[in-house]
Amino acid sequence: MTAQLNNLSRVKGAGMIELSDVSKRFVLHNQGEAVIPVVEGALLHVAAGECVALVGASGAGKSTLMRMIYGNYLANAGRIIVGGVDVAQAEPREILALRREILGYVSQFLRVVPRVPTLDVVAEPLLLVGAEPEAARDRARVLLDRLNIPERLWTLSPTTFSGGEQQRVNIARGFAHAFPAMLLDEPTASLDAANREVVLSLIEEAKARGAAIVGIFHDEAARDRVCDREVDVTSFTPGLT
Amino acid sequence: MSDYNFAYLDEQTKRMIRRAILKGLAVPGYQVPFASREMPMPYGWGTGGVQVSAAVLVPEDVMKVIDQGADDTTNAVSIRKFFEKTAGVATTEHTRDADVIQTRHRIPEEPLREDQILVYQVPIPEPLRFLEPRETETRKMHALEEYGLMHVKLYEDISRHGAISTAYAYPVKVEGRYVMDPSPIPKFDNPKLEMAAVQLFGAGREQRIYALPPYTQVVSLDFEDFPFEASKADHACDLCGCNTSYLDEVIMDDAGGRMFVCSDTDFCRERRAAGHVGAQGAPYEEDAA
Amino acid sequence: MTPLFQVKSLGKYYGSRIGCEDVSFDLYPGEVMGIVGESGSGKSTLLNCLAGHLEPDTGEVLFDTRVGGLRDTVTMSEPERRMLGRTDWAFVYQHARDGLRMGVSAGGNVGERLMAVGARHYGDIRAQAIDWLGRVEIAEDRVDDRPSAFSGGMQQRLQIARNLVTGPRLVFMDEPTGGLDVSVQARLLDLLRGLVREMGLSAIIVTHDLAVVRLLADRLMVMKDGHVVETGLTDQVLDDPQHGYTQLLVSSVLQV
Repeated sequence: MTAQLNNLSRVKGAGMIELSDVSKRFVLHNQGEAVIPVVEGALLHVAAGECVALVGASGAGKSTLMRMIYGNYLANAGRIIVGGVDVAQAEPREILALRREILGYVSQFLRVVPRVPTLDVVAEPLLLVGAEPEAARDRARVLLDRLNIPERLWTLSPTTFSGGEQQRVNIARGFAHAFPAMLLDEPTASLDAANREVVLSLIEEAKARGAAIVGIFHDEAARDRVCDREVDVTSFTPGLT
Repeated sequence: MSDYNFAYLDEQTKRMIRRAILKGLAVPGYQVPFASREMPMPYGWGTGGVQVSAAVLVPEDVMKVIDQGADDTTNAVSIRKFFEKTAGVATTEHTRDADVIQTRHRIPEEPLREDQILVYQVPIPEPLRFLEPRETETRKMHALEEYGLMHVKLYEDISRHGAISTAYAYPVKVEGRYVMDPSPIPKFDNPKLEMAAVQLFGAGREQRIYALPPYTQVVSLDFEDFPFEASKADHACDLCGCNTSYLDEVIMDDAGGRMFVCSDTDFCRERRAAGHVGAQGAPYEEDAA
Repeated sequence: MTPLFQVKSLGKYYGSRIGCEDVSFDLYPGEVMGIVGESGSGKSTLLNCLAGHLEPDTGEVLFDTRVGGLRDTVTMSEPERRMLGRTDWAFVYQHARDGLRMGVSAGGNVGERLMAVGARHYGDIRAQAIDWLGRVEIAEDRVDDRPSAFSGGMQQRLQIARNLVTGPRLVFMDEPTGGLDVSVQARLLDLLRGLVREMGLSAIIVTHDLAVVRLLADRLMVMKDGHVVETGLTDQVLDDPQHGYTQLLVSSVLQV
């Protein structure tokens, strides 16, 4: 199966995100060396321009899998190839370069340095890939405007914003740079209908320009609209299936 | 001749000091440590200079001692008497006639010759001391030529006073290598440090000797946009009328009366003897001083 | 790309006691590495060995010098090492008074490194000092004040300006935010982040504050009893710690 997948990717030449035999367990050294297996033998293949939804019950390991792809959690076994880099083996600086240029991540929570204005928070990913500051801010303005963040808030730090506003700033930041691969964790959660529509069209635009997307969507209608297929992570959950 | 060994110090001590002097001359501007002796005068009264003078004097020498340019102040008189008594050498007040001149805080106005030796009394030989209190560190800074700190001091001067306000003990760089404290001479005298005579510096309490051989290059530190200036009071001597010599300001009364006079007493007297008269000066008479 | 800084099997012993032992890592241009661990874990000993303040007993500390390429800074001559210390390297102390001349004005403090490498034009030195004070958010009219008249946060910012004025390539920081109020810390961290990015600095930051490394460091090294117990990408080490000690360290942080 794995060999087949690899062959397939070579044939198609567009396997942006490829996971094979990925396993993860947590060892809690300070709690009696408890071992908690969470993922086993995970397989995933996402081609450019494709959006794949991770589904499965809460606790089945959707978020863990996403975090492993991002390099935030360490895989215990297997290969996680993103844009040609094996995240499971890469050096920190290689992962950072990957995150800067190839792999974007829209988490559910905004995490920023205090005092930095919203406009700069959104423009930062572009600056990191060497964009001109003014061009980066222009792009940030377009996104904030589309996501209905009032202009008077742009110069303020988002740390004081409401939950929904923070989430939209987070999405604007995530979509600022045209990442070839993206991870989306509940991008439409806690958004009103209008903003939900904006986010879905942002996802569609990303797909159209060839981004490979892996997402977690509890919003079934959204999932049906933007996702090409679903992968049930329950099949990778140890002790289940 | 007295019961003292010639020039007070025993011969072994003089040899030790001469070795330090020779080393100092070989490495101009470098502070050579030496085993400074107790002298029959308090620290701060020229014990370093006296030991250096004692080590270089020979019986045929004629000696002159000045304190801030003057031959007649307490310090100058007592050191002159010290050598008259312990070495039996002839003394003079005439710069021209002296073989060895011990000085505190001045260089004579009259240019010195190659056959003369100028001995300075030095209170604090380390120019970096006020900025860096650790001796281990200042030695390292000299060894590695890390002299940025010296300019920090001049920078602070300019930022606070608008000009380099250091007026005496103005730091110099010797032969492009060692930064040296020229002792507390006025910066007016700094250009004269490049001279024909041998210059020896002795710090008794700090136990250091350093030296400048004849014609050594001595450059006063400065900034490109704040160049060194050898300044003096903008006045002429009130006794001899000289307007190129370094002047002392003398307060005359409680009503603000004052006069400026040459700090080099021998120089001033010679000028007056030659007929020069300043604004407040009387015609020169022999023995008037 | 070649590493800017390479450490191989570094060890420092105090008699039979281990200061740090068998430490190896590569640091690449633009990388910021955090070293965390509790007091006595050897992180400060390590930093001082790396910066040439302490002589290590074993190992090599290689730096990619501008002219000579990779050189072992442990065996290079002291003048060369001290020259590095005022040009390509910088050291930010936890206590500003260890890194500043308290009796010299802010401008003189910043200007010292320039004068140390030969700057002799007062106007230029002063202009650069004022420019750097501005970059660390110290008003121009404080240029002639002494650091003793500054608040703790300002002193620390002044120390950073003094260190960065000569455009170093590697900065060592020892608890740069230690002892500062939280709000002052945030401002300093924001400033450091900006400077690191603008100047493409590489940095090694020793701290026991995990929030500081999360914001500043790309990667993390966790030390315990003089040994490195875990290394990796900062967020990975903090969110998915592998070693028991790191797990304890992370779980001991108070949540706000």
